[in-house]
Amino acid sequence: MSRDLINLIIEATGESLFMVSVAASLATLFGLPIGIFLATSRKAELFAAPSVNTVLGVVVNATRSTPFIILVVAIIPFTRLIAGTSIGSGAAIIPLTIAATPFIARLVEAAIREVDGGLIETASSFGASPLQIVFKVLIPEALPGLVLALTLAVVSLLGYSAMVGAVGGGGLGDLGIRYGYQRFMPEMMLAVVVVLIALVQTVQTAGDYLARRVNRRLRHL
Amino acid sequence: MVRFEGVAKAYPAYRGKPSVQALQDIDFAIPRGSITGVIGRSGAGKSSLVRLINGLEKPTAGRVVVDGRNISALSGRELRLAQRSIGMIFQHFNLLSSRTAADNIALPLEIAGWSKTDVAVRVSELLELVGITDKFDRYPSELSGGQKQRVGIARALATRPDVLLSDEATSALDPQTTRSILDLLASINRELGVTIVLITHEMSVVRQLAREVVVIDAGHIVERGHVADIFTHPKHPITQSFLAEVLGDGIAVSLASRLKEQPVPGGQSVLRVQVRGTDAGDTVVSRIARELSLDVALLAARVDEIGRQHVGSLTLGVPGGETTERQVLSWLSQYQFSVERLGYVA
Repeated sequence: MSRDLINLIIEATGESLFMVSVAASLATLFGLPIGIFLATSRKAELFAAPSVNTVLGVVVNATRSTPFIILVVAIIPFTRLIAGTSIGSGAAIIPLTIAATPFIARLVEAAIREVDGGLIETASSFGASPLQIVFKVLIPEALPGLVLALTLAVVSLLGYSAMVGAVGGGGLGDLGIRYGYQRFMPEMMLAVVVVLIALVQTVQTAGDYLARRVNRRLRHL
Repeated sequence: MVRFEGVAKAYPAYRGKPSVQALQDIDFAIPRGSITGVIGRSGAGKSSLVRLINGLEKPTAGRVVVDGRNISALSGRELRLAQRSIGMIFQHFNLLSSRTAADNIALPLEIAGWSKTDVAVRVSELLELVGITDKFDRYPSELSGGQKQRVGIARALATRPDVLLSDEATSALDPQTTRSILDLLASINRELGVTIVLITHEMSVVRQLAREVVVIDAGHIVERGHVADIFTHPKHPITQSFLAEVLGDGIAVSLASRLKEQPVPGGQSVLRVQVRGTDAGDTVVSRIARELSLDVALLAARVDEIGRQHVGSLTLGVPGGETTERQVLSWLSQYQFSVERLGYVA
């Protein structure tokens, strides 16, 4: 493979990593509190607000059930409003964030719900406020689950980021479509897939390792 | 110290489950510095009762007064402040798996806003108090059940509460560990003057530790008073059944299979003598032998000490037919033993 093509791959990998890391950070920023709220706002729970919980749940489900490629197209006006353009890696961050936020919220909800309800009662019994319970009990206790949830989200975002290539989002997907498919360069397609596989492997391995590190339920670390 | 005034607690119907009247007409006081056992079967309302004391639950009627404060009327910040003077320990310990022993103990202090240095000093005091100083950097997964409960106790005492609530704190522990935890609770009560309220379904726990007992069944208090009085003269069937558990009032299978309903010529009458609150229990056999010049067989016996009184039952085999049986019965009634004839054996 020529030097130029290798440079193209490196550049595209950089774009993909940029999109994914910014989108993952933003989606975590929004998804974490939404997920915690979803996990604690049913009847008789910490921040009991059953009707808000239901509405939020519907919104989250609606976003999650919209196919990503349709979401990308549907929110182009919004993307343009925020990013000034709807083309390129910077603009792609917006649909990626919107797609990943409800996904992360549901994963966070599941991880938080895994925390033994007895611990919430225990903390309340010595006078912890709801926010103290979130920061001192729920998040630390759910940390291994949260790390795995974020890992899963990053892996999914890598997949999504390849999809935004189809609408001019740049990155590895874009490269694969333009060179591998449209210019009929199977070796380019193969290279893109190999890089993506390597990225996913790395992210998953790192996530698993980190989750194990923060899991104090296991005796030997 | 803790006073229940006409307290009732009902849980409304929820998701197809009918409403539940968990507690009704609860009126009693727990004196300062006492150890009070609350005993009842599962679902009797024990857990609701103890959770009313620290405001985790609100009564649907009446009020719960702790140290002069109507805890049932407090909410938000005021309630959280009041909760710091009431510690609680749990059956499953409820330790944070993500924190070491020392950090678990520190949690209520962090919540109360103590400074880092104060927390460190207090935590090392507490580790010493419960005897696990060497385990300070261990995570709960590395501790035994007894050690976990010691961490739980230290954590409950961290903010120097006046009241310690124990919700089945020894139910998940083996008998030996249970004993050591109960000893620890007794010494905490003695040395720190902490009022202890014990919720349990195990009679042995009440007997070992409590001075006062409240027996609850189906949401009502059915009996209460000094442990010795209640368990030497139990009135309510529930209390009697708890007592039977420790005393094993059943008849041994080997004996039961040999029991006949009609007298057996040359055999023995089988009498069960209840020993309740007298000190004569352990000498009955030898005194019958001496005073009636009669050899009675001791077929089964279980005598225990509850509140420094002997409580239990002796199963005696009396030979010699109706005449000697009548003699033995009148001797026993003279000393106010209650007796029943279980049957006859060959």
